[in-house]
This record gives sequence, structure tokens and C-alpha cells, in this order.
Amino acid sequence: MKREYETVIGLEVHVELATKTKIFCSCSTQFGGAPNTHTCPVCTGMPGSLPVLNKQVVEYALAVGLAANCQINQYCKFDRKNYFYPDNPQNYQISQLYLPICHDGWVEIETGEGKKKIGIHEIHMEEDAGKLVHDEWEECSFVDYNRSGVPLIEIVSEPDMRNAQEVIAYLEKLRLMIQYLGASDCKLQEGSMRADVNLSVREKGSSSFGTRTEMKNLNSFKAIARAIEGERQRQIDLLEEGKQVIQETRRWDDNKETSKAMRSKEDAKDYRYFPDPDLPPVSISDQWIENVKARQPEMKEEKMERYQREYQLSSYDADLLTNSKHMADLFEETAALTKKPKEAANWLMVEGMRLLKEYSMEPEKITFSAENLAKLIILVDNGTVTRTVAKEVFEKIFSENIDPQVYVEEKGLTSVNDEEALFGEIQKVVNENPQSVKDYLGGKEKAMGFLVGQTMRAMKGKADPAAVNRILKEILSGVKEIV
Amino acid sequence: MAQKITDEIIEYVGILAQLEIQGQEKEQIRKDMEQILDYVDRLNQLDTEGIEPMSHVFPVTNVFREDKVENKDQRDHMLANAPASKDGAFQVPRTIE
Amino acid sequence: MRPEELLSMTALELGKKIQAGEVTAVEAAQAALDHMDKVDGTIGAFVYTDREKTLDQAVKVQKDIERGTLTGPFAGVPYGVKDNICTRGMRTTCCSKILDGFVPPYSAEAEERMRKAGAVLLGKTNMDEFAMGSTTETSCYGPAKNPWNPDHVPGGSSGGSCGAVAAGEAFFALGSDTGGSIRQPASFCGVTGLKPTYGTVSRYGLIAYGSSLDQIGPIARDVSDCAALLGLLAGRDPKDATSIDREDKEFTSCLTGDVKGMRIGIPSDYLGEGLDSEIRDRIFQAADALRDRGAVVEEFSLGMVEYAVPSYYIIASAEASSNLSRFDGVKYGYRTKEYEGIHEMYKKTRSEGFGTEVKRRIMLGTFALSSGYYDAYYLKALKVKAMIKEAFDRAFQSWDVILGPVAPTTAPRIGESLKDPLKMYLGDIYTVSVNLAGLPALSVPWGRDHKGLPIGVQFIGNCFQEKAVLQAGFALEKAAGDPAKPAGIQKEEA
Repeated sequence: MKREYETVIGLEVHVELATKTKIFCSCSTQFGGAPNTHTCPVCTGMPGSLPVLNKQVVEYALAVGLAANCQINQYCKFDRKNYFYPDNPQNYQISQLYLPICHDGWVEIETGEGKKKIGIHEIHMEEDAGKLVHDEWEECSFVDYNRSGVPLIEIVSEPDMRNAQEVIAYLEKLRLMIQYLGASDCKLQEGSMRADVNLSVREKGSSSFGTRTEMKNLNSFKAIARAIEGERQRQIDLLEEGKQVIQETRRWDDNKETSKAMRSKEDAKDYRYFPDPDLPPVSISDQWIENVKARQPEMKEEKMERYQREYQLSSYDADLLTNSKHMADLFEETAALTKKPKEAANWLMVEGMRLLKEYSMEPEKITFSAENLAKLIILVDNGTVTRTVAKEVFEKIFSENIDPQVYVEEKGLTSVNDEEALFGEIQKVVNENPQSVKDYLGGKEKAMGFLVGQTMRAMKGKADPAAVNRILKEILSGVKEIV
Repeated sequence: MAQKITDEIIEYVGILAQLEIQGQEKEQIRKDMEQILDYVDRLNQLDTEGIEPMSHVFPVTNVFREDKVENKDQRDHMLANAPASKDGAFQVPRTIE
Repeated sequence: MRPEELLSMTALELGKKIQAGEVTAVEAAQAALDHMDKVDGTIGAFVYTDREKTLDQAVKVQKDIERGTLTGPFAGVPYGVKDNICTRGMRTTCCSKILDGFVPPYSAEAEERMRKAGAVLLGKTNMDEFAMGSTTETSCYGPAKNPWNPDHVPGGSSGGSCGAVAAGEAFFALGSDTGGSIRQPASFCGVTGLKPTYGTVSRYGLIAYGSSLDQIGPIARDVSDCAALLGLLAGRDPKDATSIDREDKEFTSCLTGDVKGMRIGIPSDYLGEGLDSEIRDRIFQAADALRDRGAVVEEFSLGMVEYAVPSYYIIASAEASSNLSRFDGVKYGYRTKEYEGIHEMYKKTRSEGFGTEVKRRIMLGTFALSSGYYDAYYLKALKVKAMIKEAFDRAFQSWDVILGPVAPTTAPRIGESLKDPLKMYLGDIYTVSVNLAGLPALSVPWGRDHKGLPIGVQFIGNCFQEKAVLQAGFALEKAAGDPAKPAGIQKEEA
């Protein structure tokens, strides 16, 4: 009989914090500068340079820890993790081992079988490494220390997850929570959120853990899901063949959908952690914790609940809008500017979501302002533009953040309310489509819709559909009489 | 009681410290390390039960920096001492195959 | 003014004459450089100088003095800086091949402060490689010699700084003290050296050896110079998180010569086996001299003395193993010529770039931190450090200042010490505990032994009690009569 296996997964999630400066020096953390233009003696490991802690890093770490229901180590320290690698200019990374800032927390995720708590083992603060670029032609690599010293928090979960769905749900949960806190933008592709997967398998019903491996280089949720499936299968195959799983770090290759052990003799994994003598400990008072708590923003769950209560949105709409902090902010601002929350929600949910899908964009990347969307809603509301025109204008707002007022005027898109002109245009349509007129008079109501559509097209959408309907009916009844 | 410094320890510590120690120097360092560690063993005469290890001599905490960008581009200075550099980056032997 | 006359002044005396217009900064620099040319071939105190740069700076300083914008007591006074203290635009190598050619684009905060005060930099002084040593023999530039007798070492690791001051080449110098590296060579060279309370002088730009122990301090011809220099160097630096704000930075008003009522304790455990009897006698004579000036001097038992050296060497080596890992041939300094792959480059660069003593300490420190040994060695040493601090805390409940030897012997002959590292380490027995406990301590010249080599005594104070230490040191200096003239100058006169 075939044995049944259970997968046990724990995650180490690195999140780049949204500080303006690095963790130990006042270099900018801005993305994308030319190599080594955001560096100084501290973050290039120059002799005699010393680290000084950025207070905002502690603030963010605390905010995340409290949101994840963690205990706070009110006396915490930095330790040095010693290993040689050129992306690490001092050949030690300043991190926290013995007294990390947060520990023993949890977050709740939705699974197929309902809600589930995922334990947070600890959260610690540390510095990021530089970037290595490998030369295509020569046997050399280039080191760029712009990312060296960018602040990170590492969120270490308990081995509480059992499949890829739970892992993704957990990551989504963390991402949203941290985005809401403003502590990071959490972009997997750009590396501001990175997850290493610790995975082991065991026979179902067993209470002890199997040997785990650590999987690195996972750049998307899809890659994570594939890597989990791949590694689970690899381990099961090994066990089925009577072999053993080796505790090791593996690198996932998402193109080949396989992983490779990252091992070498030089990689002794003995990091010789010890308290960094250059950095005095951090002591976090009750008052400090209270202050951070008081500043915690409204999180997704609370927002969802409020949207339904305050704006009478459906739970579906409220859920979708709050799935992105940026989307929720846009919604609230637009709603406040227009006093029309339903309209604001509609535009974002229908047209907004459609365009996001079309451009395969994350809501976080939306660049238009609430002001411009609000203006558009008002233009529709006061009849300056028709809904048809407004959809076109929204696309422009979405892609270029244009001012709809200016745009509509420049392009002459205001709706036509001139009855005479409208009458003439409709008369023309009626004359040009005798078959449809006949059909209508013969009782085919559908033909009416065709004629309205033709009129709208001729008017380039600027006509008020209600007026078109009314005038068209007037003209057609006249035709009836004549016949 | 004394700590023996074996070839394996010298090799292992050498990997951690990225030092290659051979021949006479190795013998010298092995002998010195054993002698020093033997002397260090006298710390075991002390009962340190319940004593908090002192990593920082003064109880100073919370020395912070405000999150304000102050450094400008100093790349040329940072690269000026590099044994090898190209296009604004430090050049090293290829780190992956 | 005759160069000999000029060169035998203290820094403050010279500074005063410069302000008075009796000597110019340029004349002072010229005299120091000329004297250096004559004697440094023998002494080897300096490893890097730039005559032109020094004179240029002197000219500028002199202009500012005449303009009235530089009025401080050290404006125009020539000085030396230990080669582990970064000097912008001037080679800084820790006297190690691995930092070959390194020119820092920044200055240490301490050096910056001296520059702002208008002191004129003569160059970088010799030291044991990475400050690891007690003799200044492990320098990659070759050993420095003791100005009182060039067959003997000047002590270390700030042997170049102390030698330069003793030989009359510099009016003062900056040194660093991790386990006695200012006080011991000061004692061997017959000059005055102060190790301030940990955190008093910024470590920014001091190339780290043992970060929890390192302090920069002044080395000068007398206590007054050291006190005035401390006033300039002390203070919080936002670039060093371990630096401490010292509210009162006026350290000279305590220099009265009076120690009436001061309680001075001599640890009897400092006077036992291993201490040269001539030095022991001088300690007792110092006690008498201080009693004459009104102090209460008694012996007491400090405790923990024999545990200081082992815990020090574990802590200092462990920190050093991490601090020195940045020297890898990637960002600065030496890189081996031929290598295949990153790890071979690391290993060859480091094995060729570091000297044996440095490698020994890196190996020891790496071992002490490695998995399976961390608790037994490193953690144990940190606990013992706490006990040593406690012993001092207890002592300072009864004593204002502790008096003792600096080193068990006077300067040994060149080549004698390196043969037996453990014995050399044990020579630090009276100095290292001060660093472990973060205390201030002063080495003051107090006569010479039968070979004519200087003897120094040490005053140790409680944290932030530099004033007490300086007050006691000054009183003893007064009792000794005029401080010894620089050795190099005396020779010329003879």
C-alpha cells in the first residue's frame, strides 16, 4: 500500500523596510541608482567606519510585530553573523540572533477548511547585502553596494503550513498587513519581499518532523507554489527509494522547475554570532509600545467591516477594494471628495479592475490621483459628460492621470444637449436606416436599440441617451402616422 | 583539560577565518593556541553561575540616528582604493559558475 | 629660538609661544621635521611623513593664527598620529601589508578635532600590526626603537607615537589603547599617556581591533598636555554610537599639585610575583611622594587580577577575528597576485597580507566564537569581564584612585618578546583589566631603572573620573621635579 505523506512548511520572509535611509548610515535606500552611488564608508565596510541605528527601523519592526500579535523583547540587541562573501562588505552581517525584537506571534489566514493561525517564531532586524552582477564574457563579477545596509526585517514562521495554498495565503496576509502599516511596499518581483521556504515531509499521522531543506530564489507566488510542489515530490521520491533527505539549502530554478543544492566546502554554516560591540542595545519602554499601538492604522479587516457599514458596499466589493492599501486609499479619498462612495467604488471595481487585468498590473502600481477620478465622477453627475464618454476619459486618467476637466474641454467631449442638433442627427439616422424603422414599426422593439446605438455612434457618445430615446420615439411615432 | 588543537581544528578554523596556515607557521600557531587556551582554562576556576555576560560595559541604550538622507554620491571616493574596479563597481573573481 | 630649546618644550608651552608670536607654526614644524630627519632613522617612530604637506598646513595655520581665527592652545603644534587612525588623504595602514597603500577618504573624528584645533600633522607613527602586540616589532615597516636605548623596544602597540614624543620628534601624538597600548609604551619611553573612559573619545575612523575595548588617547610630555588634549578629544560623536557625552570637558583645573585627602589604593595583588623589584620599589616611593602631598595611600586586595589576561585575550581576539574579516582584497588594500575563484583570493590575500601575530589572534578568536566553543570561551570571558568590573566597582567604593605598575618590567630588548607570546601577553596583566572595565588610566614617568630605562606608574580611576587620575598624576609629576626632557634632545646635548 502506498504511504501517505504530509508536507510541513515554515517560512523565512525578508521584507525591505520603507525607510528613507539605510539601517546604519544616512545613505539613500532609493531603488535604481547607478552602481555604488548610494554608498559611504559605513555601507562599504571601510576600516574605522561605525554603524549608527536608524530609529525608524525599530519603529517599523515594532509596528509589524504588534500587528502580528508578537511579544516584544523590550531589551534587544544586534549580533554579528560572520561569513565571507563579496556582497557583504564587512564579511559580517549585522542581524539579531540572541534577542530579536519580536517573538511568539501569529497571523490568521483563510484556508479551504476555514480560518487557521500561523505562528510567528520571531521577527528580527538586519541589514541587506549588496548586489553581485556577473560578467557575461569575463570570469569576474561586479559588486554594487547600493543595497548594502538597506534595512530588512526577517519574519520567521513556525512550521505551521501544510500546502502551497496556505503558504500563499500567509504571504498575502503578511504583505497586506505590512503594506497597510506602510512599513514596506512588499514587491516580490523587485525583491522588497523575499521568502525562503523550509519544507519537510513526514508520514501522515507522525508527530515528529522529517529532515527539512531550505529553498531560496523564489521570486513570485507562482514560483513558490511550483517550488513547494517540486520539493515535496523530490523528498517523497527520496524516501520512497529508501534514501534520506539531506538538510541543506537549495536554489530554485523556476525556468527549469528544479532545484539544486547550494553547497561548498567553504560554506561551513558556522556564523559565530556574537553581540555587536559597536551598537548599544535597544530598550523599548511600555510607553514606546503604546505609542506605536496608538499609531497603528486601520487594517484590512476593520476597513472591510467599515466599508460595509458606512458606505453600504457589499462584502465582495469591500473585500476587493481593501485587498490593496493603495486601492483602499484611492477609494476613500475619492469617496470623500465626491460624497459618492458607491460611484467611487463602481469606477474602481469595474473599470479600474478591468484595466488592471488588461495591463496585468498590481493595484499598488496605480498612478492616478483620487482628485482626477473625483472630478470625473462629478462631470458625469452634473451631466457634463455621458457615461460612455466618461469611460474613455477614465482610461486616459488611468494611463496618464490627466485632469478630466481640461481633457474634456480640449477634446470637445461635453455631452450635446442641443435638442435641435440632436433632432437633425436622429432624423438623419432614421432616414438612413429604413429597414430598422420598418422592423420597429412591425413590432420589433430591438430595432429601437439599434437606432439609439447608431445615433450615439454618430454623436461620438456625447449625446444623452435618455434624450436620444425620447426624440427617437417622437420621430418614429410621426413616421407611424404618415404611414 | 587543556584544549587540543588538531589538524582538523586548524583547517576548520582556517575555512571560517579564510586563512591558509601551513608548514612551520601552522605548527607555531597550533602550539601557541594550545598554550594560550591552556592558560585561559584558569577561567574555569571561577564560578560564573548566574552572572550576566557583559557585552557592553556601560548600560547605555537607544542611541539612534534620524531617518534623514545626508550622504551624497561618494562613489569615486569609495572606489578609489579598490584593487580592481570597473564601471563604478568593485571587481571580484566570478562568484557563480 | 634654538631648535633644541624649541624642541624641548611641552605642547602647551610651544602653543603659548606660537600665540605670543615668539615662534611660528612653520618654524616649529620645520624644527620637528629636521629633528626627525636626524633621529628617526634610528628610532623608526614614523612610517609615513610628507614634509611638503606638513609645511603647507603649518603655513595655513600660521595665517589663521595671525588672523586671530586660531587661538587654541595647540594651534601650530606639530604632532603624530598612530597608523590605525584614519587621516583623510594620508596613508593609513595599521602597519600591515594587507592595507598596503590605503588612503582613507575620511578622517577619524579625533584627528578631525586636532586638525580643527590647528595642530600640525607630521605623519603616521609606527605600531604593532593592527595594534596587536606590546613591542612595535610586528609592524610591516620594521620595528620602532626605544629612544632611551635603541637596543630596546619602545613598547607597544603605540610604540611609534610614544617613541616620537620621547625622541622629541613630535610634541604630542595620538595613540590607541585596547589592552595597554598607550600606557605601556608611554611607560617604556618615559612619556605620559592617557587611556580615557570607554566612549569618551569617538572611535569613528579608528581601525578597530577590539571594538568594546579600543580607545584613542593622548600621548605627551607631561600631564598638563594630556589633560588639555583630552578636553579637545572628549565628546559625543553622532558617528559613534558608543561615544558618550561628557558634560564637563575641562580637565586642567584639577592640576593643582595637591592631593590632600585623596584616597589612593595600591592593589597588593599587583605587587606579587612577576613584578620587577625595581618597579615595586618605585611604586612604594610614589606612594610616599603622594603621602607627602596629603594623600592617603594604602594597599588593598583588588581581586580577579589573574583572570584579566585570559578573558581579555579571548574577548579581544574574538572581536578582532570579526573586525578584521573586512580585509579581503575586494574593497581596498592588498590583493594577492594570482588566484582562481573568490575563496582562493580571500585565503591567499589574507594569508599573505597578515603577519603571524595577527593570524594567531584571528585564529584564536575565530576558534573561541565557533560552534561548540562559544560558551566555554567567549561567553565565559564575558562573564568574567562582568566580575572584573564588579571588583573595580567595589574598589572604587573605598578609593578615589588606584595606583600600580604599568608593566612588570621596563622595556625588554628587541627580539626577546615575540619568542614566547604567552609571556608577552602576561606582560599586559596590569593594563588589560582597565579596558575590560572601561576605566580611565594614566601612565606617568617615574624615574628610571639601573639600565637607564624609564619606569612608569599607572593611575586608574573610576568611570568618567579622569580628573582624579590626572590630579594624582600631576601631583606625582611635580614630586618628580621637571619632567624628563626628550631622550633624543638629551643625547644631542651630551
